[in-house]
Amino acid sequence: MVENLTIYKNKKAIIMAFLFLLAFRAAAQETVNTGQLTGNFQTDFQFYNPDSLIGAPVVPEKLLLNAFANVNYTFKNFTAGVRFESYLNALQGYDTRYNGTGIPYKYFQYNNHGLGVTVGNFYEQFGNGMIFRSYEERSLGIDNAMEGLRIKATPYKGILIKGLIGNQRNYFEKGTGIVRGIDGEFTFNDIFESLSTNKTWVSIGGSFVSRFERDKDPIYNLPENVAAAAGRLTVSRGKISLMGEYAYKFNDPSATNNFIYKPGNALYVSGTYSQKGFGVLLSAKRIDNMDFRSSRTATGNDLLINYLPALTKQHTYSFTTMYPYVTQANGEFCMQGELTFNIKKNTPLGGKYGTNFTLNFSKANAIHKAALNDSTAIGQNGTLGYSSDFLKWDGKKYFQDINITINRRLSRVLRSSITYMNYLYNIDVIEGHQGDGIMYGHVGIAEFSLKVSDDNSVKTEIQYLNTKKDDGDWAMLMLEYNIKSTWFLTVIDQYNFGNQDPDKQIHYFNLTAGYTKNANRISLTYGKQRAGVVCVGGVCRRVPASNGFAITITSSF
Amino acid sequence: MKTFTFIIASFFIFTCLKSQEVSDQRTLPIVAIKTLQGANSSTSEITNDGKPIILAFWASWCRPCLKEMGAIAEVYEDWVEETGVKLVAISTDDSRTARNVLPLVNGKGWEYEFYLDENGDFKRAMGVNLLPHTFILNGNLEVVKQFTAFGDGGEVKLIESVREIIEAENQD
Repeated sequence: MVENLTIYKNKKAIIMAFLFLLAFRAAAQETVNTGQLTGNFQTDFQFYNPDSLIGAPVVPEKLLLNAFANVNYTFKNFTAGVRFESYLNALQGYDTRYNGTGIPYKYFQYNNHGLGVTVGNFYEQFGNGMIFRSYEERSLGIDNAMEGLRIKATPYKGILIKGLIGNQRNYFEKGTGIVRGIDGEFTFNDIFESLSTNKTWVSIGGSFVSRFERDKDPIYNLPENVAAAAGRLTVSRGKISLMGEYAYKFNDPSATNNFIYKPGNALYVSGTYSQKGFGVLLSAKRIDNMDFRSSRTATGNDLLINYLPALTKQHTYSFTTMYPYVTQANGEFCMQGELTFNIKKNTPLGGKYGTNFTLNFSKANAIHKAALNDSTAIGQNGTLGYSSDFLKWDGKKYFQDINITINRRLSRVLRSSITYMNYLYNIDVIEGHQGDGIMYGHVGIAEFSLKVSDDNSVKTEIQYLNTKKDDGDWAMLMLEYNIKSTWFLTVIDQYNFGNQDPDKQIHYFNLTAGYTKNANRISLTYGKQRAGVVCVGGVCRRVPASNGFAITITSSF
Repeated sequence: MKTFTFIIASFFIFTCLKSQEVSDQRTLPIVAIKTLQGANSSTSEITNDGKPIILAFWASWCRPCLKEMGAIAEVYEDWVEETGVKLVAISTDDSRTARNVLPLVNGKGWEYEFYLDENGDFKRAMGVNLLPHTFILNGNLEVVKQFTAFGDGGEVKLIESVREIIEAENQD
């Protein structure tokens, strides 16, 4: 692996030269008819001041930098691309194994007459990703890109087959486990001419994934090949759409399941009904021992083969994202319901411009687990772990969220949005430590935006979080001034007035200014930053706790 | 791996050298996308019969994106009547929230053409980084302009770009 790292870095100079050449071509606006160039660039500089009160550590470098540039070149049926990444050193909050500069992503792709071949790095997903998903989330530092070979084929209308093999990216190295997989999707209405006009649309899919990793364990006899399979069905008719996927994983003792030999399984079902002005979603997911990685010893976000996202609302306000749920891959039962509807304009409830409501409910509980016999504890390593009754309800609560958002335009120039959230957050389970118990909380948010003139607008956000646990109550005021959707200035004060420790009743004051021109953007921020999701000046990203000065430059071409 | 890098590098050089002569504009890459019901589709299905398209990358969890879509909804009928433009909205929601998109957009009453780009393949091919990111395409599906982020009134820039395309076409 060290050798791989060296190769990456040795190649740097050569590939940098090509990148420069290509970037120069882009900058010079030289456009061509024999191919086209796309890509993007982002850099984040941050100057850090130590601040023990907010938990911002001493940063010996004082200045840290993350940067990346993607360049894709398409020529007829061929596409090739590279991504240059630089961490000098990685920003706080990113894994320190992201260090130095390299080209960890490079690919070559060919598409012709229903056949697509990719060599090098690629991202792919089978079904809902329950047994396979390789993807990137740059702002979170997640990237489990495959390096190997992928073939996609459409042998007949309505049939899509994907096959792949490779190793997974692990920061600037590669995992040693080999991942192999095949997926097929069959859409009946396309395959059979007689069904093409049928009102009911049906598609089925199936996938099989296997991982190989040598067994060098001195104690256990571990399976070197671990297989997982999944099947899915999607049916829609008119306003109704239904989806179900079931996944099964053969025994896979690993660090994350405490080396138990129990097979895993997962079921995800979802249904929607919608028409203009009204939409409803109901979904449920049960996961039992489904953590699947290309290395048995990997933990955290490392070398994950599958994707098991939380079935809870993805909030975006600072306080609604303060205590987010994290999927418990070793066992959870989740359900979610969401209702969105419009009340028409010029009605007593809808007002002059109409009103939109979104109600959302989600809940995550433990799954039933029983000891196999009197002498084996639940989850004891080297055993089959436990038995689990699929239909038996376990009352242990992990998370619950009930929230409502009402959007209403109050006048020609004034818009409002009100949100209320009531949540339950099991600190012990979600944060993985004992003794803190369950947190109950409320969040209230009011947002107003006023169009001062055709080119100027002001936005304000007032947020309040009430809880007795952790850091206690918070209040926030945000003001944003926007000129021509080009310049913006944002002032935020988050005040932790309910902290039990009077020294920590701090104002997190933050000032951001930015300029956006077409697909280029620069923003400057100064102040204290609480860890969480921040949305300013029109975009959202996740940031760690810090105190200092930051510059972000992004550009797409 | 060195050989592989060499092949990629050669490909770049080859295309760079070959493409000195003529100029043209960037068009849409052919990438697999899905309908909101989950049916396989492709970017080659995106068309507006020779009229301009606003291609908007968004996500159900991105507040500025929802604002942009909502702001356009209020004037969309007028835009379509005036310019014939079509808004094609590409949701980058992954499997966490992909199933929420269909009831959400219907519940909001938005009448755009929607697709899902669940694993970000189309987003990557277009060089999209931040959301929202909006492209203005002319009738030949060539990228004329692109915008990132959204502030109040940002929708005006989009329709102005569409009007410029139509004016330029009328002059030709």
